[in-house]
Amino acid sequence: MTNMERHNYDVLIIGAGGAGLRAAVEAREAGLRVAIICKSLFGKAHTVMAEGGAAASMGNVNDKDSWMVHFRDTMRGGKFLNHYRMAELHAKESPDRIWELETWGALFDRTKEGKISQRNFGGHEYPRLAHVGDRTGLELIRTMQQRIVALQQKDGRETGDMESHIKVFAELTITDILKENGKISGAYGYWRESGSEVLFEAPAVVIATGGVGKTFKITSNSWEGTGDGHALALKAGANLVDMEFLQFHPTGMVWPPSVRGILVTESVRGEGGVLTNNLGERFMFKYIPEVFKNIYADNEAEADRWYLDQDNNRRPPELLPRDEVARAINSEVKAGRGTEHGGVFLDVSKRIPADVIKKRLPSMWHQFYELAGVDITKEAMEVGPTCHYVMGGVEVEPDNAAAVGVPGLFAAGEVAGGMHGSNRLGGNSLSDLLVFGRRAGMGAVEYVKNNGDNPVSDASIKTAAARIEAPFSREGGENSYSLHAELQEVTHNLVGIIRTGKEVEEAIEKIADIRKRSANVSVAGGRKFNPGFHLAFDLDNMLLVAESTAKSALRREESRGGHTRDDFPGMDSTWRKVNNISSFDGKQVNVKAQPLPPMPKELFDLFDIHELEKYLTPEEIAKGGSN
Amino acid sequence: MTRKLNLRIWRGDATDGALQDVVVEANEGEVVLDVIHRVQATQMGDLAVRWNCKAGKCGSCSMEINGKPRLACMTQVASYGDDETITVTPLRAFPVIKDLVTDVSFNYRKAMEIPAYEHPKDLAPGDARMEQIDVERSQEFRKCIECFLCQDVCHVVRDHEENKKSFAGPRFFIRIAELDMHPLDMLKNRKRTAQEEHGIGMCNITKCCTEVCPEHIKITDNAIIPMKERVVDIKYDPARMFAGLLKRDKRN
Repeated sequence: MTNMERHNYDVLIIGAGGAGLRAAVEAREAGLRVAIICKSLFGKAHTVMAEGGAAASMGNVNDKDSWMVHFRDTMRGGKFLNHYRMAELHAKESPDRIWELETWGALFDRTKEGKISQRNFGGHEYPRLAHVGDRTGLELIRTMQQRIVALQQKDGRETGDMESHIKVFAELTITDILKENGKISGAYGYWRESGSEVLFEAPAVVIATGGVGKTFKITSNSWEGTGDGHALALKAGANLVDMEFLQFHPTGMVWPPSVRGILVTESVRGEGGVLTNNLGERFMFKYIPEVFKNIYADNEAEADRWYLDQDNNRRPPELLPRDEVARAINSEVKAGRGTEHGGVFLDVSKRIPADVIKKRLPSMWHQFYELAGVDITKEAMEVGPTCHYVMGGVEVEPDNAAAVGVPGLFAAGEVAGGMHGSNRLGGNSLSDLLVFGRRAGMGAVEYVKNNGDNPVSDASIKTAAARIEAPFSREGGENSYSLHAELQEVTHNLVGIIRTGKEVEEAIEKIADIRKRSANVSVAGGRKFNPGFHLAFDLDNMLLVAESTAKSALRREESRGGHTRDDFPGMDSTWRKVNNISSFDGKQVNVKAQPLPPMPKELFDLFDIHELEKYLTPEEIAKGGSN
Repeated sequence: MTRKLNLRIWRGDATDGALQDVVVEANEGEVVLDVIHRVQATQMGDLAVRWNCKAGKCGSCSMEINGKPRLACMTQVASYGDDETITVTPLRAFPVIKDLVTDVSFNYRKAMEIPAYEHPKDLAPGDARMEQIDVERSQEFRKCIECFLCQDVCHVVRDHEENKKSFAGPRFFIRIAELDMHPLDMLKNRKRTAQEEHGIGMCNITKCCTEVCPEHIKITDNAIIPMKERVVDIKYDPARMFAGLLKRDKRN
């Protein structure tokens, strides 16, 4: 523990994306002292990549929208595996969270009446996404970043020190969450810049670390998406719920190879983009599943009319939930009807004038023009599925985001599980992180009020410090870059978009083997800003996450949302009743089934009973809600 | 199509450093960040470079490529000649930490000095009404991804460390302009403080910042020049000067 720094706060927030920053604002406004940890520079978190918008039933474009409709869409999109209470809170509170951003200076695009404009998106019945062109995530994170600065300026006026109550620790990695007497006591980590070690003592820790995309080979996630929070939570004794559910976004770039996986926003389809195969066929009409037949158009004429008259026409099938579109593209390519580079065509140029495309989809135009040499106002894009989002995550109490089983630990945003069920709707992520970021902040405030300091013991410090030193003390061991590449091959090939039991079993063995070898990773060079050293820790997290995903995928013998089993192609209502819960025993991840809390009657009654019959068991239908 | 590329990388830290030549494979369609990553994974495991999104949206991989401030993720290898050596060096205006990584904390300090947005007190959440045309002026500046290339290229600080104290730089002039043009912001005097506290007067409008902006924000034309003009109007308007003699004018 060379030159270990020591800090003391009320709340430690790991992760500086939307959820972490929203939690920080909440905790500070309640009077607490808050430390925010970011692995990158402040303001670079993956939230900036969110393009389409934030879903909230403000009803600015269609006043028929309400929280009930949003709740229904969210449950449908998640194939009823969502934790109903999270989906309910999310649908009810997201309009307030969006309006609140406006009071902090956010500038969303407007309707003619001057209200916040809302756009169509896959799975949402009405235009619902508040947006700023196709850079909504940037607006969201910048607004929150500037809100943090505003609070710091206020503290500066009151205490003479702008960092007296909120301090941002940028480019710092947390390697261990610490507990004493069964409760959270703080966290341990290192400055990425210098490699020197840092101890945070805090009775409450909020995990807001985002996703796990870097476990996979083709992903829209940046290097930060290494499942740190998932792994830290597991090691701290928390559970992960339903880690088999990964969202493969249907439209990532496929060419050139260096940009493979980079996201092409769903807004392209929301604005009228159509998907075609190499025969010129608009293939999505073939892939409308039974459960959605009454709300999606089965012919081109009706689908086209929908853009002008949404009340009297069904939606185009390009706007089916993401899991359906991703599987459809996968099938087309497999059947030999793909493009030269293994994708399908997405074309917006035939429907929308060039100047409108540049205005509504500016960063897409930019991205294709500069990285692929494609002018999307004139030509079609080539797209294919890319690992985008993990629905699974830390098991939390819906109301206060408290991690089940670990007093003092909270989780919000992508790292938390339950909210999105087996598949997330586009636009529900930005609203999720605002709603539950705030609730995690509130939960931490309440916890800190009722629980005093919980000092970290020297023994805990010693163990955490030894872990950081370990890779330097080995020589000639494994290279973390190659092990990472190996892991990505295994997940991509064996636990990817289409799975079979046999392949997943093979993956579990291979992941265990890589994990064994990773214990022998050695690092060249010193501690100072050394990416090889950084990757050694990220790799450890990714391996634990991959194990949890593979073992959960093996257990769930059905296909639903972001989990498709070729050997169990149908959806099975008995499987809908259970979550797969991962825990860690210090050596390996164990997965067991746990019943999902059933919806109470008032939510049950929001649905048409015939729709529920497609998902629930006859006994559940007969009961009609839990109360 | 794979070819060999000569890459010259600055390696070192605040105390010492030098350019090192490496030969690395480059594939069709690759950007400079791709080949740097290949060097990292195969030849220099501890080569320090910042990056995140690899799609030009986060502004992390700022560096100088053949002497020009650029995002490495948005710079095609193919935009250089087949035999050309590509030289990558850290941003010159900021202190080096290691290799291609610099200490950009200057920018975060400046961000904390710009007074925050002030919402009208009597305007409840959800009640705001703004015309699209009115929000667009500020939206242009809110496209900023904080890559700090404009800060790096700006003559006022590029080779003049002593100016940093009194000069916020182009990134923060557009932040002030954005707030000044925000239809709802209530804080007065933004233009005047741009001049008096953040050094906009030191800018001599060479437009280098606009040239390097990866978001194509018209930093000089749409933010700096209009603010400079308004500051002149406010400070040297004879009527105002006279009024100011009678009563210190605090507006704008």
